[in-house]
Amino acid sequence: MRKDLISSVVAVVALTALIGLAYPLVVTGVGQVVFPGRADGSRIIQDGKVVGSRLIGQDFGKDQDLFQSRPSSTDYDPAATAFSNLGPNAEDLRAAIAANAAAYLRRERPFNRGLTRAGIPPDAVQTSASGVDPHISVRNADLQAGRVAARTGLPKARVLALVDANTDDRALGLFGEPGVNVLALNLAIRKARR
Amino acid sequence: MTASGWLQIVVFFAVLTGLTPLVGGYMARVFTGERVFLTPVVAPIERLLYRLLRTDPDREQDWKGYARTVIVFNLVSFLALYLILRTQAIHPFNPQGFGPGPWDVSFNTAASFVTNTNWQFYAGETTLSNFAQMAGLTVQNFVSAAVGIAVLIAVIRGFSRRSAKTLGNFWSDLVRTLLYVLLPIALAGALVLVSQGVVQTLGANAGFTTLTGAHSTLAVGPVASQEVIKELGTNGGGFFNVNSAMPFENPNGITNVLEMLLMLLIPAGLTATFGRMVGSRRQGWALYAAMSVLFVAGVVVVYAAEAHGSVAQHAAGIAGGNLEGKETRFGVAGSSLWTAITTVTSSGAVNAALDSLTGLGGAVPMANMMLGEVVFGGVGSGLYGMLLFVLLAVFIAGLMVGRTPEYLGKKIEARDVKLVLIATLTMPLLVLFAVALATATKYGAPSVFNAGPQGFSEHLYAYTSQANNNGSAFAGYTGFVQPNAPGNSGAFGITFADILGGLSMFVGRFLPLLAALAVAGSLVQKRAAPLGPGTMRTDTPIFVVLLIGVIVLVALLTFVPALLLGPVVQGLTTQLF
Repeated sequence: MRKDLISSVVAVVALTALIGLAYPLVVTGVGQVVFPGRADGSRIIQDGKVVGSRLIGQDFGKDQDLFQSRPSSTDYDPAATAFSNLGPNAEDLRAAIAANAAAYLRRERPFNRGLTRAGIPPDAVQTSASGVDPHISVRNADLQAGRVAARTGLPKARVLALVDANTDDRALGLFGEPGVNVLALNLAIRKARR
Repeated sequence: MTASGWLQIVVFFAVLTGLTPLVGGYMARVFTGERVFLTPVVAPIERLLYRLLRTDPDREQDWKGYARTVIVFNLVSFLALYLILRTQAIHPFNPQGFGPGPWDVSFNTAASFVTNTNWQFYAGETTLSNFAQMAGLTVQNFVSAAVGIAVLIAVIRGFSRRSAKTLGNFWSDLVRTLLYVLLPIALAGALVLVSQGVVQTLGANAGFTTLTGAHSTLAVGPVASQEVIKELGTNGGGFFNVNSAMPFENPNGITNVLEMLLMLLIPAGLTATFGRMVGSRRQGWALYAAMSVLFVAGVVVVYAAEAHGSVAQHAAGIAGGNLEGKETRFGVAGSSLWTAITTVTSSGAVNAALDSLTGLGGAVPMANMMLGEVVFGGVGSGLYGMLLFVLLAVFIAGLMVGRTPEYLGKKIEARDVKLVLIATLTMPLLVLFAVALATATKYGAPSVFNAGPQGFSEHLYAYTSQANNNGSAFAGYTGFVQPNAPGNSGAFGITFADILGGLSMFVGRFLPLLAALAVAGSLVQKRAAPLGPGTMRTDTPIFVVLLIGVIVLVALLTFVPALLLGPVVQGLTTQLF
């Protein structure tokens, strides 16, 4: 018993040094050297300033000329992530989805005649898991392209080409779903406008 | 449901099946002491650790000695982790200046990581320093996984050895698991994750201004090194509150599939390790087959249910799949497959919000856990749990045909069956008792988030997950209240949920573990009878079907009434609550 106790204390200390310090420090060291940008969070730098991360979505609600991200239960806060946790039969969830759908139709129907609720892509009205989903579905982006083209004065074909260029495909053509990176796309839109 | 969705599920399963004998064979060589390609690099570190621990790796322990060392070691681990969490303010690597955690939440978290559960009442990025994440949580991610594997190897020796007394040396099994299996895969895996965009830095969070002028902060830290072991060791405690849904933990389709593979790699591989160590690979494949059938059944149901969409969404007039709480890059298929994997294994890492799954979709992860975490299950613990079910199946079959039950030539006697029953009935009793307590008294109420049947589901999920050492959650259920104040001041725990959950995790982990070791201690002394014409084969499809039947009967029927009250009723109605 006493021998077990001594061995256990020594083991916890030794393993903490090996696994708790040496292992993460080695991964950090190698990761920082070999993949410097990615290890730090894939930051996008413009004019010497960080404007975000390629992997972290943002809220573009203040600029209706741009593509809009999915609804978020945390207002796109990447430092305090949370789910909405609303249950599948929750009245609150129905109300939230209905409100998002109404706003989406108000925003996009003038540029997509005949768009109805049933035609809204589900990602456009349901909150993501992370609250900072960097992507929207391709169909969601295509529906928004009309508005972005009209309000920025860019030809719609150009906008659709930018959507295509900023679409992340399935990994290895197989895993996951294609998604349009909204921050990258909006940066490209702004650049094209200039 | 889409063709590409099904295709990725099929390809994933094929890859897993291909990897199983490779990984399993490697582990069998490690635990029988053979030389492997890592031996020249690792052996010196191994010898150093034995010297520090003052242990002779060749000196073996009987089951009682083995069990005693396991318990003492886990007790010390628990105290060390609790201490780290309570004193994180004075440690280095605390760039956000977080204070100590509340005592009850710290108790729950320490229990959670020592028992390989990794239930998250704490919120990673807003409460824990990098030191607590690395020296506290990451260490226990490795160690609790290694304890499970070590105990399994000891149990396997109980089956494979004849007329012996000892089951092996705990320290040797622990150290070899860490050095030859977990650390090498984790090192390689972590670097692959970083190459895909998973964060790994000791720098502080970085403030920035968004494109539309809002202030925001990128929360960063040593994520990749913890992410990989969180999957590999079927732990599941995330660096971030939303776990593997956070792009910094799981940025794309490649990391998603890699992380899913990591969760199943060892639990699946160990079936092949078992087959090799008992001298019949077919026995290993039989267990793999039984697990796979139950696993695939769950995948099909959850994918179909989620692709159908939720009641609330249909009421709002939206067609298509249920994407509430799901990420675009994973989609319905990638989230459904993950959800099934994380609950058949005891990982509990999530890439989607389980609380927002459809009624029937949410019933699948619950049912997966209620099977007793033996369908792949936790690393090590899943297979020793499964072996106990095998003994039960053999016993029941023996009663039916009127022969003395045997497994691998060893007679299963009354004492063994009693121990098996203790192990297999602990979890259902524990879950139902805890859920009843939380539902019937006022103390459970502050933890619940959703109204109606979903509120009951949250109770049921919480204690099912903790007693099974899974750790996934209907995350609306809370044991930790954080006001939105600077420095997280004024945060406090919900003591009832923290303590009841912590105790569920301890009992759910250690009672079956001790029973499994006791069974092994009895089996190891027995001779093995040679295969005769009257021997009931345990490596045939018929036995696989029997085994599945026993698991479903014993584990699931206990829970059907509870499942009806929660998820099933929501799946069958269009009513909103």
